[in-house]
Amino acid sequence: MSMNTQGRPTAPAAISTPTIETVSGSRGLLQHEDLLFEIGTSETTGVDLPKPKGLKSRLGGVTRKVDTGLPGLSEPQAVRHYMRLSQKNYAIDLGLFPLGSCTMKHNPRLNEKMARLPGFADIHPLQPQATVQGALQLIDELATWLKTLTGMPSVAMSPKAGAHGELCGMLAIRQALIARGESETRKRVLVPESAHGTNPATAVQCGFIVDEIKANKRGRVDMDDLKSKLVRTDDIAGIMLTNPNTCGLFETDIKAIADLIHAAGGYFYCDGANFNAIVGRVRPGDLGVDAMHINLHKTFSTPHGGGGPGSGPTVFSEALAPFAPVPFVVKDEDGFYRLVEQTEGAAKDSFGRMVAFHGQMGMFVRALTYMLSHGADGLKQVAEDAVLNANYIQARLKHVMTPAFEGFCMHEALFSDAFTADGIETIDIAKALIDEGYHPMTMYFPLVVHGAMLIEPTETESKAELDRFCDALESIARRAAQGDDTLRGAPYLAPAKRLDETRAARKPVLKWTAPSSERVAAE
Amino acid sequence: MRYLPLTPEDRANMLAVIGAKSAEDFYTDVPAAARLKTKIAGLPDHQGELAVERYMIKLAARNRSASSGPFFVGAGAYKHHVPASVDMILQRSEFLTTYTPYQPEIAQGTLQTLFEFQTQVAALTAMDVANASMYDGSTACAEAAVMAARVTKRKKIILSGGLHPHYAAATRLLCEAQGLTVVQLPIAIDGEGALAEAADGETACVIGQSPNVFGTVTDLSDVAKSAHDKGALLVSVFTEAVSLGLVTPPGEMGADITAGEGQSIGNGLNFGGPYVGLFACKDKLVRQMPGRLCGETVDADGNRGFVLTLSTREQHIRRDKATSNICTNSGLCALAFTSHMTLLGGKGLKQLAELNHEAACELADALGAMKGVEILTPRFFNEFAFRTPVDAEAVLAMLDEAGVVGGVRASRLFPDGHMGDVIIAAATECTTADDIAAYVTALKEII
Repeated sequence: MSMNTQGRPTAPAAISTPTIETVSGSRGLLQHEDLLFEIGTSETTGVDLPKPKGLKSRLGGVTRKVDTGLPGLSEPQAVRHYMRLSQKNYAIDLGLFPLGSCTMKHNPRLNEKMARLPGFADIHPLQPQATVQGALQLIDELATWLKTLTGMPSVAMSPKAGAHGELCGMLAIRQALIARGESETRKRVLVPESAHGTNPATAVQCGFIVDEIKANKRGRVDMDDLKSKLVRTDDIAGIMLTNPNTCGLFETDIKAIADLIHAAGGYFYCDGANFNAIVGRVRPGDLGVDAMHINLHKTFSTPHGGGGPGSGPTVFSEALAPFAPVPFVVKDEDGFYRLVEQTEGAAKDSFGRMVAFHGQMGMFVRALTYMLSHGADGLKQVAEDAVLNANYIQARLKHVMTPAFEGFCMHEALFSDAFTADGIETIDIAKALIDEGYHPMTMYFPLVVHGAMLIEPTETESKAELDRFCDALESIARRAAQGDDTLRGAPYLAPAKRLDETRAARKPVLKWTAPSSERVAAE
Repeated sequence: MRYLPLTPEDRANMLAVIGAKSAEDFYTDVPAAARLKTKIAGLPDHQGELAVERYMIKLAARNRSASSGPFFVGAGAYKHHVPASVDMILQRSEFLTTYTPYQPEIAQGTLQTLFEFQTQVAALTAMDVANASMYDGSTACAEAAVMAARVTKRKKIILSGGLHPHYAAATRLLCEAQGLTVVQLPIAIDGEGALAEAADGETACVIGQSPNVFGTVTDLSDVAKSAHDKGALLVSVFTEAVSLGLVTPPGEMGADITAGEGQSIGNGLNFGGPYVGLFACKDKLVRQMPGRLCGETVDADGNRGFVLTLSTREQHIRRDKATSNICTNSGLCALAFTSHMTLLGGKGLKQLAELNHEAACELADALGAMKGVEILTPRFFNEFAFRTPVDAEAVLAMLDEAGVVGGVRASRLFPDGHMGDVIIAAATECTTADDIAAYVTALKEII
């Protein structure tokens, strides 16, 4: 028997959907949310603090003249503010996030739980070392994993992110050249034109001059161009090469490249952003690499957090190891873990300290938890599945999209925009994916492929997810090939329509200011 | 493997679609000698959640957490209380497991919080404009120095004697790599004022810190004036963001750039990282700023929205001509900062700052009353240096045995500074009267 005894309709009426405008600005579950400064007041606070006693100040009059005027929110208001904003974000936990070169894999929750143990989260970097032996042991064990997986003898743990790891590697090369008395003459660093922008930027930050090398038709380093850059060798500092490279391909000639650079008296910096494709299967130490950063937030699953924090430990060959930065952890004979913080003794040749304290401990805990969970066997499978998933996407889409290069790819599939009709751009395909419920692929990168679309599924996607994604992208690709003009307005179903970036840059508004009427009233 | 969804059957079906025999086919570009035939030796195999958890708990148990007893360590990182709701917000998947907001249509959550973060940082520091965060305070300081060199087209950087030595080291390293000259003024507890005499016609910037590494607060207005007279900039540094609620902020002193550590608001100690660098400057310098910037705009429907902007400064557009090589910022730590700051409000921050100052005053009074102890920091916020009659390292070790983590020995930070008898101690809102009493009791036994 029906519970509805008052005549409430229990099935939808046959009315077609009108255009709905709402008074609140919300759209059903998607809540409108104003800026904090429009909803909070300067009198509100969401914390209960004891009242100060009114002691005599010992600030010597060095006190703030003008209050911040910043608004506060009570706890329920604050929680709602951020919860509503969170609903406007896409995330891996919602679906496939195929952002090429960024490695958006599942972030295991055990990692989060371990990082929050008070023994890791609530310890100070400068408390006596005897009181943090477990933390130092953890850093030492993570270092051992990284050295073993890369086949490299040394690792610097302190770099804060991938680009910071690049800086670490290039500063070590600079220091090695200083030790050789050649830092003033060896200034030229070779960088493939397909490289991530951080590579040339880092080289310049370290005082080097960038010399670009071309890619060949197979998406690898053009060996003839490389050799032509090495006719003169006495000014060569080294090469910065990503491998697998930004086209998602393994550099076939990597050993030859390493040999040429070494013969020229330079060092081989490898950008390890794509280490996830080879982890457990190939050791960079076997390829002639002198330095390589590892993005713990890519290969080892620490969360990207909307743009950081990252972590970029950097491994070194025997040639560069003496120049690595302080601090580092050593284990004394009695089993005591000790931090070497000064550039003396074992660290006398170190290039110094590049950051306060000892590195991204919170990320170290997560990464080691991930490694212990996978083990040597699991990590090998991680690389295999990441590469298998990318090749599956390439195979499923190569008939409707244009693969940038022939043959199998590594962990990411790269397409050009050659298949699209006139007037339809890569960005239109990317934005249409949003309407299908996906984060877009990396677009317009690498620069060596026109209208590049770089798709990295990672190993944590099931076949069913991949099929669903391929079905959606295949349909968009067909529309793009046919010149479907509606793609140019996508996304239609996202929390926001396309944003005007030109306007944002022309007259930058980088913070909230009170509307002028309020300002007048305040004055 | 609980994190790998593919089944053996899936893998076989997928290989068939691809036209490959096995995964080995994908690795044929790897030199044969470098292709490992078996899994890497010397590492354990995979383990279940329970086993991993047990192991990590064992490691964590070998560390003494700051909350487990009286704790007075500062010098660049501070033990503060973080509201429970902050961590709950951080653990929302939509913030935790998303990327840099490159696709603004589906990242307005992250972008709006960054816009709010920038507004808060600008207001706290009393500067015109703040960026979307840096790795930490020390790297922000280094970036400020090289930015000053770009702006002034000069090559000399002068560091105060009270600048945190880790900040000084990071700054010296980056500057020297770029061919800049770094002058370090003599280490001094009350040393920031000396910067007023230091700048000359070749100086790009002077870098002073308030509160400095010894806790000394200094009004840098005179330093700013004299620097500006010589055409140099003032970079004002802080490591304790809570101080901004009470102490004269960089903008009120005429700083051109400020670089600071934001850990104190919303972020735990985490043994030194991840933290969140705060970076702000005058309006006219914004195009020379490093790092990400979030700006307001409209979408195709005319609705307000936010995007990453002024990216022509950045490495992915400008490559070797970029203002910095920074790619990642410290997004999630910035979210922790902004959400805690939202809970505090300006009023709450001020009150928190007052509580911190009073706790330090009480600690200084209690220690300073002891025979042989000399408080060295003339004006302080929540941290100060003091001299003990016994070697500081020995004092701290004995305090440790008594269950009191008594501070940082200055000689750890300045090995050549002849400061073997100096301890830097901090107190915060977490410090109780019992904690201070325990410190005094334990120290009495030692000296």
